[in-house]
Amino acid sequence: MGEKIRLLGKTNKHSLRGLINYGIIVVFFAVITLLKSAGLLTNALEGQLIPICAYIIMALSLNLVVGISGELSLGHAGFMSVGAFSGIIVAGAMKYSGVNANAPRLIVAVIVGAIMAGIAGILIGIPVLRLRGDYLAIVTLAFGEIIKNILNCLYVGVDAKGLHFSVTDEAHMDMAANGTTLVRGPMGAVGVSKASTFIAGIILIILVLFVIQNMVNSRTGRAIMAIRDNRIAAEASGINVTKYKMIAFVSSAVMAGAAGVLYGLNYSTVAPKKFDFNTSILVLVFVVLGGIGNMTGSIIAAAVLTVLPELLRQFQDYRMLVYAIVLILVMIATNNEKIRALWKRVAKSFTRKKGGEVNE
Amino acid sequence: MLNYLISGISLGSVYAIIALGYTMVYGIAKMLNFAHGDVIMVGGYAAFCAGTYFGWPAPVAVVFSMCICTILGILIEKLAYKPLRNATSLAVLITAIGVSYFLQNMALIIWTSNPKAFPNMANFIPSIIVGDITISSTTIITIIASVIIMIALTLFTSKTKMGKAMRAVSEDKGAAQLMGINVNATISTTFAIGSGLAAIAGVLLCSAYPNLVPTTGSMPGIKAFTAAVLGGIGSIPGAMLGGILLGVLEKFAQAYISTQLSDAIVFAALIIVLIVKPSGLLGKKIQEKV
Repeated sequence: MGEKIRLLGKTNKHSLRGLINYGIIVVFFAVITLLKSAGLLTNALEGQLIPICAYIIMALSLNLVVGISGELSLGHAGFMSVGAFSGIIVAGAMKYSGVNANAPRLIVAVIVGAIMAGIAGILIGIPVLRLRGDYLAIVTLAFGEIIKNILNCLYVGVDAKGLHFSVTDEAHMDMAANGTTLVRGPMGAVGVSKASTFIAGIILIILVLFVIQNMVNSRTGRAIMAIRDNRIAAEASGINVTKYKMIAFVSSAVMAGAAGVLYGLNYSTVAPKKFDFNTSILVLVFVVLGGIGNMTGSIIAAAVLTVLPELLRQFQDYRMLVYAIVLILVMIATNNEKIRALWKRVAKSFTRKKGGEVNE
Repeated sequence: MLNYLISGISLGSVYAIIALGYTMVYGIAKMLNFAHGDVIMVGGYAAFCAGTYFGWPAPVAVVFSMCICTILGILIEKLAYKPLRNATSLAVLITAIGVSYFLQNMALIIWTSNPKAFPNMANFIPSIIVGDITISSTTIITIIASVIIMIALTLFTSKTKMGKAMRAVSEDKGAAQLMGINVNATISTTFAIGSGLAAIAGVLLCSAYPNLVPTTGSMPGIKAFTAAVLGGIGSIPGAMLGGILLGVLEKFAQAYISTQLSDAIVFAALIIVLIVKPSGLLGKKIQEKV
């Protein structure tokens, strides 16, 4: 932790690191566009592009909570689903009232989805942030499950009079005959008219990166990290702990909401169970494997691990098994003391050799 | 009303047994063992194989299942968690999730995703009928088993040498080691006991809900974890209390409010309890040192 703070002091190095992240995204975009125009992109991979963007945003936003703010959240998919469903409802309602162009629908949906997820973040953050450590983790898990459960009972339709909601069944919505049902309880959103594009995903990632990196390097970011490193010392230095924890948590929820909209408007049907505990865990795996607090790592881990099950297709039934084994081995290899020491020694012997050559 | 209460206590007892496994492992290794729910599932399948394929009688099948799970628990601990003894808790958490994926997918390959009809292993005693209430044999066995386990565990942790070692390790690992306690062996024993309990829980759970699939353990696992936190994680009576409260609450919510929203109500109850008592019902409040 101490090392990290010293690193932050060196502004040059840090802004360089930030630029690298933008660079990675731009290169990723350029490579994909090139591959696409050359016809080298398989259909399966092309279908993964928007989910990859959504998961990168999810990983970045969760990293803000886990890495920068130092709180373990196990319910991040809940915010994603709040964003996805509000985005789908807004986009569907706009389509119904005659807005057919995708760009304005997507933009409005992202804004509304992000705001709704932000509101959910505030509501959840008030009780959650009073707790510490593993208790906080279990409560975020509980909230994720509650959100999923409520969405499972939600029916939404739109007609000439506006939106209709019901928590029992479709008949209770009192909708006019010519209305359309947008969300159908456990079946989720059906007949979604897709509006997400790969370019929109890339723009969103860059926007999210911009917000996170500027926040981390600002007074707010330093306050958040001070709380992470030593809450009591930070409090004694006059930092308002609740306020700064809340800022990190709610901004993270807002970004997750935006990612949810991007993800939701990429499919024609989206069920609430898509955003369950396993999705939250998946995103947490991206963050931890990429390196806690390391945004570049999050981007790479999210992209690689979303594509990995696709690449492991040749193992067929065994692919998730292989995935699990790879996950365990990577965690052991990167966290075991002995193996780490071994790596350090190897790295040291390399640098020593190089140094020797220079001297000669 | 009484019917719901009884079925709630029965379900709660299963949660309690699972929660005991979570709480013991958490108390000692300070880790959230997310693979615990999947050990339950393995226990269920082991008993299923013993009962259906090998045709063994129910008590033998249960013992067989316990042996399998105990060995599995020790193996998981040795291979996956032990190398990470001094790593950050988040790294251990992700490894536990990896183990959970591994077990689920292994089960998927061995037993496929077709649900298996679990034979009722508790019907060697008759059901009790009092007035118009029927208490099924599964319910009776479940409640008896959980009471026995609870008493045995309490005696074990307070009276035996190993039990005392466990409490010492959970309080202060370093000091326990200095007092000559074999910390690694203690942690392994804890995993073995927790996994053995998971096997019993698996058999009881599947006797009550006889649909066995590779994901059988995940939702009860999460709920039992919630129960452990509700009662105060690390505390054995707390796990028992939390489990039973959760089970009763779930059954009442299903009966009187909404079947679909029952999970949401259970989790909301947890949140309310934690807001009022941030360390759970029976959890110890730890003073912060500055």
